[in-house]
Amino acid sequence: MARPAAPSLRERLRVVDAWDKAQARTLYAADWQMPGMLHAAVARSPYPSARIRQIDTSRARALPGVAAVLLAQDVPHNTLWTDVPGQTSEVGPLRARIQVLAHEVVRFQGEPVALVAAETREIALQAAELIEVQYDPQPGVFDPEAALAAGAHQVHEGGNLLARLAVRRGDPDRALAQADVVIESVNRCQFIDHAYLEPEAGVAWIESDGVLTIRVSTQVIEHYRDVAEVLGLPQNRVRVIGTYLGGGFGGKEDVTVEVFLGLLAWRTRRPVKMIWSRQESLLARPKRHPFILRYRTGAARDGRLVAQAVDLLADSGAYAYLSALVLMYATVTAAGPYRVPHVAVDARVAYTNNPPTSAMRGFGAMQMVLGYESQMDQLARRLAIDPVELRARNALAKGDELPIGQPLDTHVAVIEAARRAWEALGPRRAPSTPAHRIGRGLACNIQPYGRIVWLHDWASAWVGFEMDGSLVVRTGTPDVGGGQAASLCQIAAEVLGLDPGRISIHIADSALTPLAGTTTATRQLYMSGNAVLRACEGLRRQIVDVAAQMLETHAHTVALAAGDAVTQDGRRVSLPKILRECARLGVSRSHLAVYHAPAGDPVDLERGGGRVFPDFTFGAHAVEVEVDTETGAVTVLRHVACHDVGRAINPQSVEGQIQGGAVMGLGYGLMEEVVLDHGVNLSTLFATYLIPTSLDVPDVEPIIIESGEGKGPFGARGIGEPPIAPPAAAVANAVDDAVGVRITELPVTPERVARALGLLGEG
Amino acid sequence: MTDLAVALILNGRPCEVRTPAHRTLLEILRDDLGASCLVLAPRAAGCQVTTVRGLGDGDRLHPLQEAFVTQGGIQCGFCIPGMILTAYAFLRDHPAASRAEIRRAIAGNLCRCTGYTKIIDAIASVVPGRGAGEPGAAGG
Repeated sequence: MARPAAPSLRERLRVVDAWDKAQARTLYAADWQMPGMLHAAVARSPYPSARIRQIDTSRARALPGVAAVLLAQDVPHNTLWTDVPGQTSEVGPLRARIQVLAHEVVRFQGEPVALVAAETREIALQAAELIEVQYDPQPGVFDPEAALAAGAHQVHEGGNLLARLAVRRGDPDRALAQADVVIESVNRCQFIDHAYLEPEAGVAWIESDGVLTIRVSTQVIEHYRDVAEVLGLPQNRVRVIGTYLGGGFGGKEDVTVEVFLGLLAWRTRRPVKMIWSRQESLLARPKRHPFILRYRTGAARDGRLVAQAVDLLADSGAYAYLSALVLMYATVTAAGPYRVPHVAVDARVAYTNNPPTSAMRGFGAMQMVLGYESQMDQLARRLAIDPVELRARNALAKGDELPIGQPLDTHVAVIEAARRAWEALGPRRAPSTPAHRIGRGLACNIQPYGRIVWLHDWASAWVGFEMDGSLVVRTGTPDVGGGQAASLCQIAAEVLGLDPGRISIHIADSALTPLAGTTTATRQLYMSGNAVLRACEGLRRQIVDVAAQMLETHAHTVALAAGDAVTQDGRRVSLPKILRECARLGVSRSHLAVYHAPAGDPVDLERGGGRVFPDFTFGAHAVEVEVDTETGAVTVLRHVACHDVGRAINPQSVEGQIQGGAVMGLGYGLMEEVVLDHGVNLSTLFATYLIPTSLDVPDVEPIIIESGEGKGPFGARGIGEPPIAPPAAAVANAVDDAVGVRITELPVTPERVARALGLLGEG
Repeated sequence: MTDLAVALILNGRPCEVRTPAHRTLLEILRDDLGASCLVLAPRAAGCQVTTVRGLGDGDRLHPLQEAFVTQGGIQCGFCIPGMILTAYAFLRDHPAASRAEIRRAIAGNLCRCTGYTKIIDAIASVVPGRGAGEPGAAGG
């Protein structure tokens, strides 16, 4: 087919980027080439905990083709802060400090120690090997419980407790003592990696106007401010151009290569490219937080929850990154999508000498699902209540308050999602052999979308007509592959009555597009979507006013459709004519809008709390599994994933987010784990870090609920993160249903199931 | 290191590159010839090499590429050239492939975004008379 006219709001077709990607025309970060370009490499610590006694760079510098070797002392300001630029944060900045290059101390294996730029990648890698670092290995601490014990090795000065949060509502101790039944469990979840197919990459150069320009695969173009701070440059002398990403999932939310590239380009005055290998990415990039989840849930005989006490401990690894915020998401959602009158949550996150942990799709809230949904399933079993019915008796509804005191002011679709997902499993399959058992599991979830309200989130977008009636959209939104740019075009097409083929969108350039904030926290459709919506509504008013004058009618009777302004009685005037009239009258043909999310003051969760997030997305997944009672292997036969997305701006894109998130959640539930031995990473290849292939997972059947009640454009809710959260708990519940054993530690490997079945003997 | 001259036919056009023997076909395709592969470049000498850009016809997409676009099989797109070419070669040899066979055929190509369902939908949709078909279980 020829390049198609693009879709309107409800059509199932994406064109903005998919067409180019199908032909390999998209230039990802690593594809960029420049004349005279150098290639960069990072020298990294082999030790998880050591002091640096001495570094000798003479052999590396002497290697022909080496243009620069940089150490910590060559970095003007050798500190990165956790604060997400452009927005404020309550995370203590002193505790959140990250060294750009290791100075005196290394705290995790893979920590960057030196940078090299050379004429070829091979020379750069060879030079990095020739940097001689003398380390004094130190004792380390590799477990968050050990890290908080007396006398533990101090990862940073000031103790290993990075953050602590608590919730108190009612009198949970008394309510638990008086409950008819109490369920108690300890669950553990693991380190995992984002494992995007595109490793971290970028190219930096100094533009002819002297602006340091960095074209990079990032979810946050606002890191230009971090680069400026590290280099000691004014913020308006650094520009970040965001590429289409080969996946992000939170792993490209923190700084990756951009600061290193900025340092090397500034020093050499030449373009520099840096690409991390798969091994380097798996070794050294922040992971998902492992949690130890201790739950006690009390209920009445009829299944109604009366109290819950939750103790959470997470591993931050060697640096803070976004750990304190991850802990906030965990704490707020720890009781799940249920009414619990008496709640206590005590949550801590500790430093260790493990790889740092930070943002990953689900961001703390997803890890909680294993805790609260294991409890719900055990409670249903104990009380012999149907698992869907138990959830229906306890589900939150619009008007309820979360235990943190936040009222729910939009539709809550937990019951409907649970029923529809469960029913869609259809008739139970027969086991494939007498040694196999079939089981079913359900898991519901609550996931925030949009940023914490006291971060005062905002996004801006500019839209303008060209004289021929074609439209330009400019917004800082990075497109991570979730159809961000395409969805914004669809919103513009809808409001302005345009064929989307008449729209060009320019995204993610910190110098040339109005800033829209991060593509994280399930916020872009909500935030940039609302900014584009408002910009288009403003532009529409300007155009329609002029068209009404030309058509000698009232503005409210004029519609924009198919590139014309049309009156109710069918008279039309074309956009180019209206735009010429705008020019003659001096009426602007463009509109800039800033969308400010509802904001609030910080709340004290322990003393009553209040609003923390703009809103939440609710859902439920149901799975049917087959367990091999001879090997412990678990095969997922069916997977139904149901979420209320408010309104599906692009249903096909929504289905894709649900299916992809669900499979990533199955990887977390069944197979993925970054295995560490005293801080040494044993999973640095795709041969050892296994993500799902097409044979490891079933087709995921998405069910979309459109309640119409979301805070995004046209009533949409965010759907980027929510689908990753329920699968692991649903699988654990299904395994219990199949063979009567409860797996409390992820991933649910054949070995763990076999051990629980007694197939491996004692120990 | 001595460079080797490697002559091959890329998307129907003869070309020759000089390359050290250890470079992969991916590197010379991407860096030297603007196209992508894990095979060592000298092994491609004398071979016909088709990349995803060689499938379509100028501004027109090959039906398989079109199916990936219209079925929503593309998110970040990083795996897509490999997926499309794997599917292209597989369907050339197995023109009546079942959904389960397609699922097995792409098992060597990782995708982290889509969960595979819409990729399999796209490939199945170009098999005559098959359409997207019934959903399948893991391993099936």
